[in-house]
Amino acid sequence: MGDTIGSLQIGESGIIEDFSLDLIPLCLLEMGCLPGKEVRLIQIAPLKDPLYIKVNGSHLAIRKEMANQINITKL
Amino acid sequence: MKNNVVKVALVGNPNTGKTSLFNELTGLKQKVGNYPGITVDKKHGKCKISETLTAEVVDLPGTYSINPQTLDETIVLETLLNSSGESYPDLVVVVAEVENLKRNLLIFSQIKDLKIPTLLVVNMADQMERKGISMDLEVLKAELKSEIVLISARKSSGIENLKKEIENYKNWNTEPVSNFLDKIDPDFFSEIKTVFSEESTYKPWLLITQQQYIHFLSEEQQKNIAFFNPASEKIKKYQHKETVFRYQKINEILKKAYKVDASKATDLRAKLDRVLTHKIFGYVIFVGVLLLIFNSIFEWASVPMDLIDGLFANLSDMAKSNLPPGVFTNLIAEGLIPGIGGVVIFIPQIAILFLFIAILEETGYMSRVVFLMDKIMRRFGMSGKSIIPLVSGTACAIPAIMASRNINNWKERLITILVVPFTTCSARLPVYAILIALIIPNQRVMGIFNLQGLTLLALYFLGFAAAISSAILLNKVLKIDNRSLFVIEMPNYKLPSFKNVFYEVVEKTKAFILGAGKIILALSIVLWFLASNGPETFKNAEQIVLTQQDNTGLSEGELQKKVASYKLQNSYIGYMGKTIEPVIAPMGYDWKIGIALISSFAAREVFVGALATIYSVESDGEDTGTIKQRMAAEINPATGEKRFNFASGMSLLLFYAFAMQCIGTLAIVKRETKSWKWPILQLTGMSALAYIVATITFTILS
Repeated sequence: MGDTIGSLQIGESGIIEDFSLDLIPLCLLEMGCLPGKEVRLIQIAPLKDPLYIKVNGSHLAIRKEMANQINITKL
Repeated sequence: MKNNVVKVALVGNPNTGKTSLFNELTGLKQKVGNYPGITVDKKHGKCKISETLTAEVVDLPGTYSINPQTLDETIVLETLLNSSGESYPDLVVVVAEVENLKRNLLIFSQIKDLKIPTLLVVNMADQMERKGISMDLEVLKAELKSEIVLISARKSSGIENLKKEIENYKNWNTEPVSNFLDKIDPDFFSEIKTVFSEESTYKPWLLITQQQYIHFLSEEQQKNIAFFNPASEKIKKYQHKETVFRYQKINEILKKAYKVDASKATDLRAKLDRVLTHKIFGYVIFVGVLLLIFNSIFEWASVPMDLIDGLFANLSDMAKSNLPPGVFTNLIAEGLIPGIGGVVIFIPQIAILFLFIAILEETGYMSRVVFLMDKIMRRFGMSGKSIIPLVSGTACAIPAIMASRNINNWKERLITILVVPFTTCSARLPVYAILIALIIPNQRVMGIFNLQGLTLLALYFLGFAAAISSAILLNKVLKIDNRSLFVIEMPNYKLPSFKNVFYEVVEKTKAFILGAGKIILALSIVLWFLASNGPETFKNAEQIVLTQQDNTGLSEGELQKKVASYKLQNSYIGYMGKTIEPVIAPMGYDWKIGIALISSFAAREVFVGALATIYSVESDGEDTGTIKQRMAAEINPATGEKRFNFASGMSLLLFYAFAMQCIGTLAIVKRETKSWKWPILQLTGMSALAYIVATITFTILS
């Protein structure tokens, strides 16, 4: 198992790898979360979920279960 | 030359200032209507473009993509695809925001593919320098094959340029930004074009991928769609590829024409985020905001509410004394005017609540609350987004349920809709106020807290607790596929625009009055009829009362009250009350309270007015002095004790806390869930709970 957005620490960044189409909804891509793009973890909600990320210029909040399915290469 | 009308649709991401632009263009000439067949609000208005051209502007719901995620977003798709539809625009204005241009251009590129004349408006252009952004407009125009106008909707700058550009819309370039689909699989997409015999590929492609959201498909179109097997892996893969290609192209273009000097970016956003989403301060601030809202709803609203109350009481009296006596006058003075008053009285509270919600949304704070609360709410089967309906529910469940639309997970949305009516809405307040005044002593606890106030606070918490516990239960019971789909934008912080907040409050308040008002008004007329008509004994009331022995020697006024009271007992509604008396006796109520219960089924606040009528006291609902005394003096003939003692009073308070006494809410739940199943479940579940709790309370306390 490699790294995912869910395994980032606050302030860390990574590059999104290709992801499975079944697990990731189209709307996440449309919001700018695309393979090859840099993603940075800005903040984690107090109960460890959801995650507040900056990706491809967009500031988004996504739930941990989805974040765990997006593989990245840590920077 | 004749004045021509051109239909303009405003499209864009949320938080781009699309609504500011709409307000700027249409001002007070805007209206809210409904899209045919669905209940999404349609905001439209007129705008003068030039001496010879008027624009009919529609503000379409904010969306990140033409592929819809929520009910509101399907409107954008349907409006832009249905070229024979009533709302089909002559031209589209895509509103983008200078800071998020990249993401905003996605939907621009999608709409360009539809070959409708499209203009790009870049908002907040005045902030470019401050944010270190530089843009080569000419390159951008050439690359996007489109005209671009820079504006600042808040500062009203650039609007004249926009109008000039719109005037010229027939000369706009309608070519797509790039041929995205053919790059994916040329053979496949040219086949689509042939089968649908369409000029563009994008339109039939949308029909195939989004067919579940489109209501106007012809039989032939449906057949063609089925031919391409919309559920297949291939279609899904191509949709992803399409998005990737679009972003690739957008990135290429922006590399040439758009630069951000990162050193100039301020970190205000990061600083505010650190505080507002902090694990302790975040919640402290949120609770503080909630307390401020609740406090304002009661403090600020009480003065205008008293004024409205007095005004309608006076109107009623005026109607009675100035119109010729008769059934018609009674209908106006006792049915219509109090009925309208019963709606109007909630305007201050609702307007204040909408004011706060509009401000919280405008500033970007609401997204932080959603972020903070999501995990907690999910334990109860809801979403962070459920916070907005639950808070709004303290004013009125009807707009609150409508606010649940942006929850895209159906199970989370359904649970939110089902539990919202437990929150203590403003209609419960008059009932709580009079009962608390009757049964809770007005004394201080520990020197500072007022016992009556504490009781009211406890009822608020009880409402939230009931909402949360029923959500937990529903979460366990409901078997619905629960695929989590939670992606929210965390917009940048902004100062709220006075104009936007003002229009939002006016519009929402108006929608509430027209929507809920109709039902409350209609029911108060029905109630008035049932209470002022009856069989033989009702018609002969005066003679019967006069011939009763113990009534001799009464003054004229006392006699009239007796007659009114006798009439009520023998009216249709009186019979109804007596019929249900055996059922409500275990909760400690008699037939008179029963009448008030039936009457208040339309709307809870009717309870006080109905009791007032029943005890034949001149009362206008809020004036609890006389009605309160009368209720305090009411004796239960069976026990010789007070009718409203601690036991029956508590039982009534809890009954109103839990019971689904609101037809307007049931109607909106039916509308939003498109089924009778859920409102009926809500009605039976909540009524059963109220009945059981009230019965147990009464039995234990008495």
